[in-house]
Amino acid sequence: MLQQGFVLSSEGLAKVKKELTRYEAKESAIIPALYVAQSENKGWVSDEVISHLSQVMEIPESRINEVFKFYTMFNQKPVGKYHVQVCTNISCALNGSRELAQHICRELKVGYDQVTEDQRFTVSKVECLGSCGTAPMMQVNDAYYENLTAESAMNILRGMK
Amino acid sequence: MESKLLSEFYHLDDFRTLAGYQKQGGYQVMKKALAMQPQAIIDEVKASGLRGRGGAGFPTGMKWGFLPKNNEPRYLLCNADEGEPGTFKDRLMMERAPHQLIEGMVISGHAISSQKGYIYVRGEYHYPISVLEKALKEAYDAGLLGKNILGTGITFDLDIYAGAGAYICGEETGMISSLEGFKGQPKLKPPFPAVKGYLHKPTIVNNVETLAAVVPIIKDGAAAYRKYGTEKSPGTKLFSLSGNIVRPGNYEVPLAYPLKDLIFKEGGGMKPGRKLKAVIPGGSSAPVLTAEEAEKTTMDYENLTAVGSMLGSGAVIVIDDSQCMVDMLGVLTHFYHHESCGQCTPCREGTGWLNKVVHSILDGRGRLQDIELLLKVADNMKGRTICALSDAAALPVISFVSKFRDEFEYFVREGHSKVKGVRHAEMHH
Repeated sequence: MLQQGFVLSSEGLAKVKKELTRYEAKESAIIPALYVAQSENKGWVSDEVISHLSQVMEIPESRINEVFKFYTMFNQKPVGKYHVQVCTNISCALNGSRELAQHICRELKVGYDQVTEDQRFTVSKVECLGSCGTAPMMQVNDAYYENLTAESAMNILRGMK
Repeated sequence: MESKLLSEFYHLDDFRTLAGYQKQGGYQVMKKALAMQPQAIIDEVKASGLRGRGGAGFPTGMKWGFLPKNNEPRYLLCNADEGEPGTFKDRLMMERAPHQLIEGMVISGHAISSQKGYIYVRGEYHYPISVLEKALKEAYDAGLLGKNILGTGITFDLDIYAGAGAYICGEETGMISSLEGFKGQPKLKPPFPAVKGYLHKPTIVNNVETLAAVVPIIKDGAAAYRKYGTEKSPGTKLFSLSGNIVRPGNYEVPLAYPLKDLIFKEGGGMKPGRKLKAVIPGGSSAPVLTAEEAEKTTMDYENLTAVGSMLGSGAVIVIDDSQCMVDMLGVLTHFYHHESCGQCTPCREGTGWLNKVVHSILDGRGRLQDIELLLKVADNMKGRTICALSDAAALPVISFVSKFRDEFEYFVREGHSKVKGVRHAEMHH
């Protein structure tokens, strides 16, 4: 997807430059750099982002793209301000996580992987997040919320402005 | 006998800090180890019989012994890419006891003469990563990491690498690819990482729990460690208990602990009115056990292999009689299809077919021959690829279908689950 003129902030640029020399191989910085860029681009990575990273890192776009497309934590299309990821793998499914994910979508009036009209939320079903003993759970941006009920999950989400 | 060799102090809030860890004797074992000859540490770990706690159960000392005997730089890589469904023990260890892992890594690094280590943590673990980062800084500031550790002349640098969401990076060569800045695709073996790993240099990859277990082994010796467990499965292990159970959580018990006790004593048993139906004893890749099998087995490498399953990562997933096995298999086939890296044809295509066939049954479009088809596809995926994911995807299918065949046949015949109240189609879309 095309997006006009993405440029890293000076702080972001400094972070990426630091990652370029942190590891033995320069290419090890691709994943960390994608994280920095994604957080500065409203939670997703566009073609413009890849192109800018390629210039800054002096690594071919194709090489960055190869990594970008492989890992699920990099979003390939726009997401809401809050990315709600509900684990639907086995331990969570045994504890009603799929019903929970459906409930959240219904309440927020949005389909999976879509963005709500007010741009606040995207709801996704994801694989195991290592929270199996505290199922069901959701990850909202970087934070885990565990031992959820339909009600507690919606209370948490309604509190996010 | 007190069996909490690793987790005795996990309940203490300050155990994650350097001061709190040292209050309980932290880093004393490292001091002892740094005064030992590297080979003496390797010999002790070999004698302890410690086996890899990530899933494969390979003897740790033997793995270390595969390193070439030369002065080439080598790396120690900690596998903290915990992603096997049902497993959440490494997360607990990093959150509660980051210094235990660091101490274990410095000792292990000295043993294998490595001066550089990485902890490869799954990217979703933001909180554990933040705890580890703090602990690393504390350790560096106190001279417990870096150059000339505690004046011994020994150097060991340690850094963290965050993954970005890929189950396959838990496979050691996939992890190395990822750390090198590539797609996390596994590599053909041999050469094994111990000979040619990270950046083509000798590399040892060990799980979080394995590296932490080196601390009590060096502290009290191999013989003391062997007081727990059996000849082939010595020591203690953290088991992650989840699913339909009253008290899910992580429990450290000696290996060869009865699975029945783990579920009914530690785990508090079934929820009111529910009966045990099945147990996946070692993470989602381990073949499922019927309730009858589960009640008889012990949690060790040899007995779980004998009942046709495996200890794996020690993740015990409990399934009660309110659940439909066809539905649960659909969850697993979806997972493996999603996580296949796509490199080997039998896995890439096989995981897709398994998922399609199970879902056609769940959608009420199943045919009786689909049950045989599932077994045939799964059989063709075994032992034909460069890593274990293909087998890991096939094994649950074979065990679910052969042990709960009546549920699959009922679903095909009637177009809905044999278990009352279970509605699938909408859940799977």
